[in-house]
Amino acid sequence: MFSYCTDPSTLEGLSWLSCYLTTGKHVNLYISVFVVLTLLAITAPVALLFGFGAASAARSKFLPLRWFGKGYTSIVRGVPDIAFFLFFVIALDQAFEWMRHKVKCPDWDQPIRQGIDFVVCDAAKLPLSTSPQWVHETYGFFLAVLTFSIVFGAFAANVLYGAMRAVPRAQIETAEAYGMTHRQAFWRILVPQMWVYALPGLSNLWMVLIKSTPLLFLLGVEDIVYWARELGGTKTARFTDYPHPNWHVWYFAALLVFYLCFTKVSEIVLDRIMTRLTKGQATAAGEAQRKAAA
Amino acid sequence: MSCVETIQAYAFRSLGFGERLLPRGEYTLCEHFTLIGSGLIWNVYFGALALLTGFFLAMALAVGKSSPNPLWRKPAEWFIFVFRGSPLFIQFFFAYACFLSLKGVSSFFDPFTSAWLGALVVLFCNTAAYSGEIFYGALLSIPKGDIEAADAYGMTGWNRFRRITFPTMLRLAWPAYTNEAIFLFHATTLVFFSGFPAWRQQGDALYYASYFADKTFNPFVPYPILAFYFILLTLVIISLFGFVNRRLNRHLPQERRAKPRLRISLIR
Repeated sequence: MFSYCTDPSTLEGLSWLSCYLTTGKHVNLYISVFVVLTLLAITAPVALLFGFGAASAARSKFLPLRWFGKGYTSIVRGVPDIAFFLFFVIALDQAFEWMRHKVKCPDWDQPIRQGIDFVVCDAAKLPLSTSPQWVHETYGFFLAVLTFSIVFGAFAANVLYGAMRAVPRAQIETAEAYGMTHRQAFWRILVPQMWVYALPGLSNLWMVLIKSTPLLFLLGVEDIVYWARELGGTKTARFTDYPHPNWHVWYFAALLVFYLCFTKVSEIVLDRIMTRLTKGQATAAGEAQRKAAA
Repeated sequence: MSCVETIQAYAFRSLGFGERLLPRGEYTLCEHFTLIGSGLIWNVYFGALALLTGFFLAMALAVGKSSPNPLWRKPAEWFIFVFRGSPLFIQFFFAYACFLSLKGVSSFFDPFTSAWLGALVVLFCNTAAYSGEIFYGALLSIPKGDIEAADAYGMTGWNRFRRITFPTMLRLAWPAYTNEAIFLFHATTLVFFSGFPAWRQQGDALYYASYFADKTFNPFVPYPILAFYFILLTLVIISLFGFVNRRLNRHLPQERRAKPRLRISLIR
């Protein structure tokens, strides 16, 4: 990175460290931080959307839709989430390939599952075996995002379903008294008011989401855990200019501190949002705020 | 192999008894059920021991965090913050790396690098921090009248804690603690994916489930079986904790008894 880094064997102390921390692989580690942040940025709104859909489905008057919504929200309760992550990544991949297989190769007569193999025609492979490396990586990341969204969507659905029920019944009744239809009352009265009830649950969920990002490593994405493991391992002088013994401890300590700071900052920001949102609300917290100000 | 033979060969495979080689080629449903069930022994071991031992540290942490003396309060607050604020996955990795380097210093740390002790220590600290926070919250919500009544009877110090504060706190915290126990058991599935080696392929339920899924490229059989086992385990925990909950609440009038309600999970 720096001009004085050309011959690492002559370096000492801080200048050695500055060179060591800016090697190509370390830059990959820093980029992978952005991978994690991108995952959070995409997953949070998508999961919220999934959750909103499922929560509204669980309230629906149409029975199969209600079953679907309730089933979806309750799948994540009894089973470890890691199992879902491992399951969905393979299952989604195979589902996509199977659908493409049905469309692209209609005259394929062999079964898809042959013993312990999963076989689809070449044109249906995802990503295509001819496509470049970045397509493979992006596809892997896309699968990870979708998996996270499905699992966290179910959590969000739980929170939003509770929030929808927490909105005082009288509000809906008033809307109905004004002659609003069911749909109008839902969108104009219920949805704007439910957020203040949902926020404690959603902020909890955000913390949980941050803390589950290392699981990306299990899904085969090259995230910060991957690079910390890679860089922390023993490096011998034969393969690198910067030989060192096993430094896993330092790398994982750094990750620990990174996550601690991240959750702390989130906590502070979410507290501020909560204070802002409860202002003037007819809840206990809003009342406490009013009294404190008076 | 018939199913009975499979069970004989693999029921305790995760502990190192029975057949050494894992099954090969085409896997039967019976093999799936037996091996994944065998791995569940580890989940129960980790969960139960961490919960039992963690309970005492959690109590100490809760009392420490509510203490007016900063010498007690600060360490408890930091312990809870560190273990609740960081992912369990990273904690496992970090602890494993720590134990590995400590192993070079003293042979005392040898057993800590294997999962049965090392991962247990991490889970113990983790559940202590989470339940410590739950108990702390319960300590804060003990009705003022209870404490005042104790004062009126002249109870102080240890006597008041043992007879009034502790039972009330436990009663108030119990529904949340049930939840914590369930998700602790779920968290035990992370152990063998986070550095701690599965010695001679003796892993937990998820380890075997992912083993099958990797070999067969078919996630639709092993993971539902795993889910079945875990739902069963969750039901057992709920009924055990429900029994304790009824006992803790038996002096209350019927309608004031707190019912445990399964709430949104906290992945670590």
